Amino acid sequence: MYIPHTEADRAAMLAAIGVKSIEELFEAVPAAKRFPELNLPEALSEMEALWNVQSLAGANAAGSEYALFLGAGAYNHYSPSVINHMLLRGEFYTAYTPYQPELSQGTLQAIFEWQSMIAHLTGMEAANASHYDGATSFAEAVTVANTHFRGARNKVILSPNIHPQYRAVARTYHQGTGVRFVGDKSGSAKLEDLIDLLDEKTAMLAIQYPNFFGQIENMHGLAEKVHAAGALLCIIVDPIACAMFRAPGDYGADIVVGEGQSLGIPLSFGGPYLGFFATKKDLVRKIAGRIIGETVDQDGRRAYVMTLRPREQDIRREKATSNICTNQGLMALAGCIYLALMGKHGLRRVAELCYHKAHYAADQISELPGYSVQQRLPFFKEFVVKCPKPVKDINAFLFEEYNIIGGYDLSQDYPDRENEMLIAVTETNTRAEIDDLVEALDRANN
Amino acid sequence: MVAKTDATKVLEPLIYDLGSPGRKADTLLPKCDVPESDFRAELPANLLRDELPLPEVAEIDVVRHFVRLSGLNYAIDKGFYPLGSCTMKYNPKIDEDAARIPGFAMLHPLQDPTTAQGALALMYTLQNWLAEIVGMEAVSLQPAAGAHGEFAGILMIRAYHLDRGDTKRTKIIVPDSAHGTNPATSTMAGYTVIELPSDERGDVDLEALRKVCDDTIAGMMITVPSTLGVFDENILEVIKIVHNCGGLMYMDGANMNALLGIVKPGELGFDVLHYNLHKTFSTPHGGGGPGSGPVAVNSKLAPFLPGPIVKIVEEASEDGGAPLYGWYTPEKTIGRLKAFHGNFGMHVRAFTYISLHGAEGLKAISRHAVLNANYVRVKLADTYKVPFNRHCGHEVVIEGRFPDVPDVHALDISKRLMDYGMHPPTNYFPLIVPEALLIEPTESESKETLDKFIDAMKSIAAEARQDSNLLHSAPYTTPVSRVDEVQAAKQLVLCCRVPNFSTE
Repeated sequence: MYIPHTEADRAAMLAAIGVKSIEELFEAVPAAKRFPELNLPEALSEMEALWNVQSLAGANAAGSEYALFLGAGAYNHYSPSVINHMLLRGEFYTAYTPYQPELSQGTLQAIFEWQSMIAHLTGMEAANASHYDGATSFAEAVTVANTHFRGARNKVILSPNIHPQYRAVARTYHQGTGVRFVGDKSGSAKLEDLIDLLDEKTAMLAIQYPNFFGQIENMHGLAEKVHAAGALLCIIVDPIACAMFRAPGDYGADIVVGEGQSLGIPLSFGGPYLGFFATKKDLVRKIAGRIIGETVDQDGRRAYVMTLRPREQDIRREKATSNICTNQGLMALAGCIYLALMGKHGLRRVAELCYHKAHYAADQISELPGYSVQQRLPFFKEFVVKCPKPVKDINAFLFEEYNIIGGYDLSQDYPDRENEMLIAVTETNTRAEIDDLVEALDRANN
Repeated sequence: MVAKTDATKVLEPLIYDLGSPGRKADTLLPKCDVPESDFRAELPANLLRDELPLPEVAEIDVVRHFVRLSGLNYAIDKGFYPLGSCTMKYNPKIDEDAARIPGFAMLHPLQDPTTAQGALALMYTLQNWLAEIVGMEAVSLQPAAGAHGEFAGILMIRAYHLDRGDTKRTKIIVPDSAHGTNPATSTMAGYTVIELPSDERGDVDLEALRKVCDDTIAGMMITVPSTLGVFDENILEVIKIVHNCGGLMYMDGANMNALLGIVKPGELGFDVLHYNLHKTFSTPHGGGGPGSGPVAVNSKLAPFLPGPIVKIVEEASEDGGAPLYGWYTPEKTIGRLKAFHGNFGMHVRAFTYISLHGAEGLKAISRHAVLNANYVRVKLADTYKVPFNRHCGHEVVIEGRFPDVPDVHALDISKRLMDYGMHPPTNYFPLIVPEALLIEPTESESKETLDKFIDAMKSIAAEARQDSNLLHSAPYTTPVSRVDEVQAAKQLVLCCRVPNFSTE
């Protein structure tokens, strides 16, 4: 326990309060329900607790002895050592939300830098502090579109090539708001089909770049068509891809969101991750979440502070843009350090390594009998492989025989994509791992 | 929206301003070990990007920059942090180590469940512990923060009524003392908010409650103990009134640190609540997150939980053997609230924290948190007005104002407290208490620390009477003095310029 009280402390404090026991302080709690038993295990010492979690962690197939080719929204990129050292500074991780700027300039400036780098990376004009993850960033983008038109437009066009979980989360968020989602029912709609759905009720059209299948769709002229219909364009991006491919802001996006986990944050079984949210400046007063602005203190020193606060729940209550309060602050710090450390030259190199390795792997796999790689559109670090048998069976073989964690089984979300595997390759996959994967896939077919 | 950085005094340069064209950290990435494809030939030229406006710094620049920034922060690891409703207790270091074990940190969320049995076992156990602690039937660990858990809870209430064909319920009752997230959540779920006044003791006004309760009420959100720091003496009656009109009861679990082993909300009759693992179970606040906001429900709402959650899919074949865990989506689920399964790293920390305490340790947490708050309450009551001066929960609200010095405000007291080396309490919340200062000491703090805080608060009261300007201009010892929030909102600099930008 982390309770410093001595017996003498307790006695002195109880005397000061004027009660005989701590229990007396709870007399307002209904007597019949007061002080229930808790059926929990006995306390462990620190040593035993550590052994216990180490044993649980040991029961997972994770770590350097496995080659990972699974992505689908969470990626095994390298996290430089510096990040963890900085995150473990108690001055950062044991601080609260920076409500008191005089005591929080470290956090505030770091988030300001994060906002700046995300805006520059996405080619947008402003960004917020963070959301829970890429999927909730996207759901909040839908909210912005809905409130932007004050209910006059309630249709949101979704590309079926957006991550299935992102589309699911957006629907969960908007089950009570009257937003209608269209476009992704069939699973095979092309960009042209989505454009055909634009009308005077459309609030937003959303696509993913590169899309869930790793492909880069031709977005030239898209923004013009969306804007001509009076709607907003939202682009969901991979921040690593932004280092190599044209910025989404350049395509005329009004809102750019995405998952920041790739920026030096460990896989950690799905979280904590980091949603980023960037926008054009004319929408900035309508977005959710914390925003840090630059100002000065009373003595003229440069200082940072949370700004545009009247959008937020603690001030606007039922009229707030969102209920979000706690976000993913420390993860934004991780992303900020990653972008600073990799910087202009390193981030581009990460992207190119992903590109080269993914294309090397795709080329090898496409040579294998029974396998084909979908290469109609350019791709970045993920690609779809049509396999000769169910992905589940192939993955079981890869795991048992080669310690390889294979790609994502697309039939889980797209019933018409039977036997299709989504393979992710990053800078952390060595040539030896890729060659092993190719050999294993070949053997899995025999 | 570009910052003008030259005219003012700078504590720490922006990371962009520390660089130089061509400088880089070049030890981080391996050489390319596969044939490099010629992407410039393979890809249309207009698909590629030429300019990447990111910093150009060396590793040592990055380390020194962020170490210096960390020095500008106050934190629990530096000192007392009595921020009401935030539970800024000690964050055990071992929890950080646990979450970083490679078997957790390198685990992909979409791996086949058979290859992630340790993680699933941990989540399953945590689900059960969290259900047991509050006397509920089932738990989903998916929500990423308290407000996210609230959203899950209110969507479940909505789904429950709709599932019964009960479509006329359009309102959620929220007391005027509630956290802002409660009304904001209700709106997000498509509900109208009915604000309810508190009575003179800080409890729910029962007459007002009876008046608004009818068949248009979907439910009520209430914090226990209340945000005024007290246990509502009529809580059973409140729950009964809402249930009698067909509404469901939501408990905001922000104040669970007062309830561990004290009372189980499920036994009081609550239908759903959320935890803040980053409060009650001490996963760190991280300068604003990540948090974790699991939802716990009774049997009425269990079919509606956000999924997937963990269940046993195959019992252990032998005594002492491990069962097989798998994912499960409840049949009437409100859907998925985020990608994957929640902030798992926070689950590991909370699991470790509960392991270190056991039942007796958890009981001791709430007893000492409440002891500390009551000690502060009685010690400050002769200097500051305590509007609800009865036994409080784990926090106490006082009024930061003096009738004889009307120009001194709660904010002045807070800023001056910084000069005494402490973080201020929560300011101006709850909204219904004038000049509110909400003080939550937590169980981590010793009597000596509390005494220092009490002395500082008394000393500030004396200063206010001697020279109120001393307070108006405080703080004096912090890295920056009071900041100009009006200018920040007016000029709106949200993004820095890029210096020394060179095109390659």
